[in-house]
Amino acid sequence: MTDETRSHDPGSHPDLPPPASTVGVVGWVRQNLFATPLDVALTVLALYLVYLLVPPVIQWAFIDADWVGDTRDACSREGACWVYIRVWFKQLMYGRYPDGELWRINTAYVLLVAAAIPLFIPGFRWKQWIGLFLLIGYPIIAFFLFVGDTFGLEHVETPLWGGLFLTLVIALVGIVASLPIGVVLALGRRSKMPVVRSICVAFIELWRGVPLITVLFMSSVMFPLFMPEGVNFDKLLRALVGVMLFSAAYMAEVVRGGLQAIPKGQYEAAEALGLSFWKMMGLIVLPQALKLVIPGIVNTFIGLFKDTTLVLIIGLFDFLGMVQLAGTNPDWLGFAVEGYVFVAAGFWVFCFGMSRYSQHLEKKLHTGH
Amino acid sequence: MKLTKVLLAAAAATTLSTAAVAGTLDDVRGKGFVQCGVSQGLAGFSNPDEQGNWTGIDVDVCRAVAAAVLGDAGKVKFTPLSAKERFTALQSGEVDVLSRNTTWTLVRDSALGLNFAGVNYYDGQGFMVRKDLGVKSALELDGASVCVNIGTTTELNLSDYFRANSMKFNPVVFEKADEVVAAYDSGRCDVYTTDQSGLAAQRIKLKEPNAHMILPEVISKEPLGPVVRHGDDKWLDTVKWTLYAMVEAEELGVTSKNVDQMKGSSSPNVRRLLGIEGDGGKNLGLSVDWAYNVVKQVGNYGESFERHVGVKTSLGLERGQNALWKDGGLQYAMPVR
Repeated sequence: MTDETRSHDPGSHPDLPPPASTVGVVGWVRQNLFATPLDVALTVLALYLVYLLVPPVIQWAFIDADWVGDTRDACSREGACWVYIRVWFKQLMYGRYPDGELWRINTAYVLLVAAAIPLFIPGFRWKQWIGLFLLIGYPIIAFFLFVGDTFGLEHVETPLWGGLFLTLVIALVGIVASLPIGVVLALGRRSKMPVVRSICVAFIELWRGVPLITVLFMSSVMFPLFMPEGVNFDKLLRALVGVMLFSAAYMAEVVRGGLQAIPKGQYEAAEALGLSFWKMMGLIVLPQALKLVIPGIVNTFIGLFKDTTLVLIIGLFDFLGMVQLAGTNPDWLGFAVEGYVFVAAGFWVFCFGMSRYSQHLEKKLHTGH
Repeated sequence: MKLTKVLLAAAAATTLSTAAVAGTLDDVRGKGFVQCGVSQGLAGFSNPDEQGNWTGIDVDVCRAVAAAVLGDAGKVKFTPLSAKERFTALQSGEVDVLSRNTTWTLVRDSALGLNFAGVNYYDGQGFMVRKDLGVKSALELDGASVCVNIGTTTELNLSDYFRANSMKFNPVVFEKADEVVAAYDSGRCDVYTTDQSGLAAQRIKLKEPNAHMILPEVISKEPLGPVVRHGDDKWLDTVKWTLYAMVEAEELGVTSKNVDQMKGSSSPNVRRLLGIEGDGGKNLGLSVDWAYNVVKQVGNYGESFERHVGVKTSLGLERGQNALWKDGGLQYAMPVR
């Protein structure tokens, strides 16, 4: 004890800093990584695994990789051959869509992003109008842009559509259509009217009871046989309807879960106020129910986004299908790994984006009860 | 599978009556293009090039048909089809001709309501081994472990062959072709077996393609050819003779480069083929210069073969069974007269 410390009055001693071993990086590491012998063992093991896995991947994907060139000979085959991706990039993105018409797809992309940006700005006033435009106006514009045949645009047949573009078309159509249909089906399933209820139950159970691959296969292989000779619906259209109805059935059950979580008192209070059925649902029940099931809804969306790769079995070339197709060119055989890594990265970006957006929505709509 | 076949056959029977009336040849003329069913990518047979156009020897058959009927090999639209939906697409009229490495078998020709217009590639199952194994013939493979795709006719042919020659083998089976190749490349088996054209394509994917060799034995028959609907004889004739015209042109030495000079040839066979003499085109319901268009725009059979799968391509396939009959192969065109 020194003179200095004695000079404080009782109770007025200034706060000492916490011991160095419990704060900062060192403190965090000690607490979280090396707290017990088991933790130490697990940390060392994890570090060892990282050491085993990461350097070879970096070596393969970046250091030994070949980036420049236009032919197979540009690749040494020691590392990844990103030349392959570069040469086929246009097809991976747009499929076999004609070169001169690519601006139509790009315009649609730009329009979509431009319209979506205001939705992320807090306090922007006309959000509901923009939402309405995205749900109704945008699909119509996109349809005419992609298909053409009107307004002096050249007709581009759907067999030429492909790559990431096709994946997005299928996923967005499924996502945009499945939510409203799903809400209607969920309400129908809880309806007191027996006919409506049985129809909804039958629909949901039928579509949820079969795998998506069966639905696609049915739409592509069996459906044309039931049609009279010469009547052919577009293959993509058939697949889109199948995906739409399939995901709507899943969505219905997610929404129904939310509806069941709303206490009976809310319904009774709404009825006591004299609200009609649709007003009660639209103003009181659905906003609460949908908020509750955001994780479930986004889960379904992400599942649907990845399920779009199944259209390969009916001869449509989505992002993944296009990579596999490109790999059958005799000059480019044997670059499957690069293709798959590229597609996986692409899918991850989209799915992670959806997941972050759903977390953002949950936080924003969290009203604390 | 049985049920599917019954359904397909039943559906085929119902579509037959209407399809026969319509007449595909007139349909194609009416709409101005040939709708052609191709594979979802098979190296050298039908695969996209870097500009997104379909190429391959199966694709060339369709282009030749378009050249014969419409005078323009570019008037083809391609529908990529999976193995399972290919026959339905043909039966329902979604495609006019199916040129999708399809093996000609009795069941397909009869029960499915299809007609094969000929054979544009004679394939067959073969074996690939490492050169340093020192094996020169498949008959020396007793006791070998063999990498093979599960649930395919390839697997059945393999066991038939080994049983017939009273040899033993250990099958190492996988679901996907890429897995089989990876297993073979990593040395998990001594032998890799699939169709010979497939072996050539898969060999390129190996780490050291030149350290492997394809054995001479072919243990199964896989005649691949274009298919049309049963009951539309005129269209069948069109596709069949288009194919023959390509083979005949090679036999007569007519190529896409010299076809214009050949028009002045004195050989009656050449003159008949190119429509200078006789009325083959008229009898088929085509223009007089139908075969000229085919050879001029697509080339003869040999040119198509060398362009897409021949020794100068990365697939590097020998003509083998696909050589002309006079060179010891199986390609034989009926006389064009």
